Amino acid sequence: MGKRVGMEVAIAAAEAVALCNIDVAAVYPITPQSHMAEHLADIVHDGRIDAEFITVESEHSSISACAGASAAGARVYTATSSQGLMLMHEILPIVSAMRLPVVMGNANRAISGPLNIWNDHTDIMPQRDSGWICMFSENGQEVVDMSIQSFKIAEHPDVMLPVVLNIDGFQLTHMIEPLEMPSQKEVNRFLPPRKPFAALHPDNPLSMGCFNMPDIFTETMKAKDTALWNSKSTIIKIWDEWGKQFGRYYKPVETYKADGAETLILTMGSMGETASIAVDELRKAGASVGLVKLRLWRPFPVEELRAATAGAKTLIVMDRAISFGGAGGPVATEIKSFFFHDRGRPRIVNFIMGLGGRDVAVDDFMAMVERADKIKDETYEFYGVRES
Amino acid sequence: MKKAKAKKWPEAWKEVNPGCMVFIPGNASTYKTGTWRAQRPILDEKKCIKCGICYVFCPEGCISQNEEGFFKADLDYCKGCGICAHECWPGAISMLEEEE
Amino acid sequence: MIEIRWHGRGGQGAVTSVEMLALAAIEAGKYAQGFPAFGPERRGAPVTAFNRISDKPIKIRSGIYHPDVVIVLDPSLVGLVNVTEGLKPDGILIVNTAKSSGELRQKLNYNGKLYTIDATRIAREELKAPITNTTMLGAALKAINILKIQDLKAPLEHRFGKLAKKNLSALKRAYDEATMAKSA
Repeated sequence: MGKRVGMEVAIAAAEAVALCNIDVAAVYPITPQSHMAEHLADIVHDGRIDAEFITVESEHSSISACAGASAAGARVYTATSSQGLMLMHEILPIVSAMRLPVVMGNANRAISGPLNIWNDHTDIMPQRDSGWICMFSENGQEVVDMSIQSFKIAEHPDVMLPVVLNIDGFQLTHMIEPLEMPSQKEVNRFLPPRKPFAALHPDNPLSMGCFNMPDIFTETMKAKDTALWNSKSTIIKIWDEWGKQFGRYYKPVETYKADGAETLILTMGSMGETASIAVDELRKAGASVGLVKLRLWRPFPVEELRAATAGAKTLIVMDRAISFGGAGGPVATEIKSFFFHDRGRPRIVNFIMGLGGRDVAVDDFMAMVERADKIKDETYEFYGVRES
Repeated sequence: MKKAKAKKWPEAWKEVNPGCMVFIPGNASTYKTGTWRAQRPILDEKKCIKCGICYVFCPEGCISQNEEGFFKADLDYCKGCGICAHECWPGAISMLEEEE
Repeated sequence: MIEIRWHGRGGQGAVTSVEMLALAAIEAGKYAQGFPAFGPERRGAPVTAFNRISDKPIKIRSGIYHPDVVIVLDPSLVGLVNVTEGLKPDGILIVNTAKSSGELRQKLNYNGKLYTIDATRIAREELKAPITNTTMLGAALKAINILKIQDLKAPLEHRFGKLAKKNLSALKRAYDEATMAKSA
């Protein structure tokens, strides 16, 4: 069993990545990811792992360098946030199209403008079409576990896709909390060295990152979409392996007191922990409320979500992002889309909340549950806006 | 390493290589760009001084030196851009319309 | 669960205090959180940092609005920042000050539980510097009484290395000298 320690979660993330014996890291610092970048650089500098830390001049370069290194067969890692992730945007679909198992930690932070360094999910949402596997962590332990799992998932021959792990900026990155760091031996047992499907090498010449004409592009896109959907079964298998080895189990959709609940709250990321307290309080007051937490965002766990929400009358989806001038929060929009044809689907209420570091307290969840009953407009509503 | 085998073109979606990787190295040479040509370079060997400037400037890289030392374009790939003729300072290369 | 808010100025080590306390609690087998008020830090500007300590897993990840304890590292913050804001009615205020508790009570219009300690003097004597974060940990331990001084030894040694001994002395002195003021 790993040792129980108190650690800042950003530091713990870097330590977990170091346990995975990466070959290359190309990271550009940005608040609130900076401690992850700095500590990983320290680890490499101190010779604790045999890796190359490329000090690039921007995030566009960091992801490009990772793509190149991964194409050469290396195990690579990068981390970013907000505007840094936006700067990577044009490269992200290329990494997934090339089926490169790059792993990225994203310290969720609001995107500009105006400039805001605090926590919400607006940075990852614009990347949801990129073809990356996308997961959310809730606490420090999950950050450690899921960082390690990400490499195994990405590199699995049935997956071969890049993975981004979302870590709420400040709320998680800058939090000192107890967690268990697995030992090097345990991680080695779980995660063997990378065996690339193909790698750039003069002995075995091949081409990667090619050009593609209209007569074949559609087939390429279908293949990529299918690969992402198919990855789910492997992700679940690897989470099962992790559970058997470490005793901590992970599922695409987690539930808390959701069985038989009339009303369900749905969250992603660390606010799920606070939400569970709200569920306890509401239940004490006699309400039939439960919590559903989306851990896996891409590929979207639609069967698991159907099962978790079956029988509920109302599903209150908390989005920490919005698509301006559109259908509201991305999470609610996708769920509505998936459930559109389902008979007996719950009424979906969408709150846009927790933007740009706006604190989300237990009282806020309780207020939203109460407000959900009164909402007439079924599209979406901003929670907690000062009207006067 | 995967053994590359020729596939029918265009491929069905399940047949596309992962990541669209191309496992047959050097296969650019199977694409004969010579068919794009509207003019071809003609070398007057009497004027050629075998300096190799045409070889240096050819953007296709299809000019090579033959046994006699003269630089000739490989007509399988020559696109007829005329840069060799433009750069040849003794004026040994002229461009001739393909139709002729 | 106990919630603590620390007040300091950027660069005075409020975040280190929070870290040491959290690590000590975790070492002692408890659950704890330690976090700063998130944002760009500037030397000298008033900053806050927070702890939660509990014997049960802590699920709350929001800010702390009604602390059980407020600790003020820098006396100049009294009157500048509303240090008693949100403090629970039966909460504890711990202030680094050379003033008397009576003067402080009047200045703050505060009649709740109060501990005072001249941590700046102790820090100057023990550490030769007016950095009061570790000193105030001693006062905090005395007032809160959920951890022992021994629990802080390992985190301090890990963080301060050779300087841990001096910091521990300052801490112990503050622990001994911090007194609960009489109610008004």
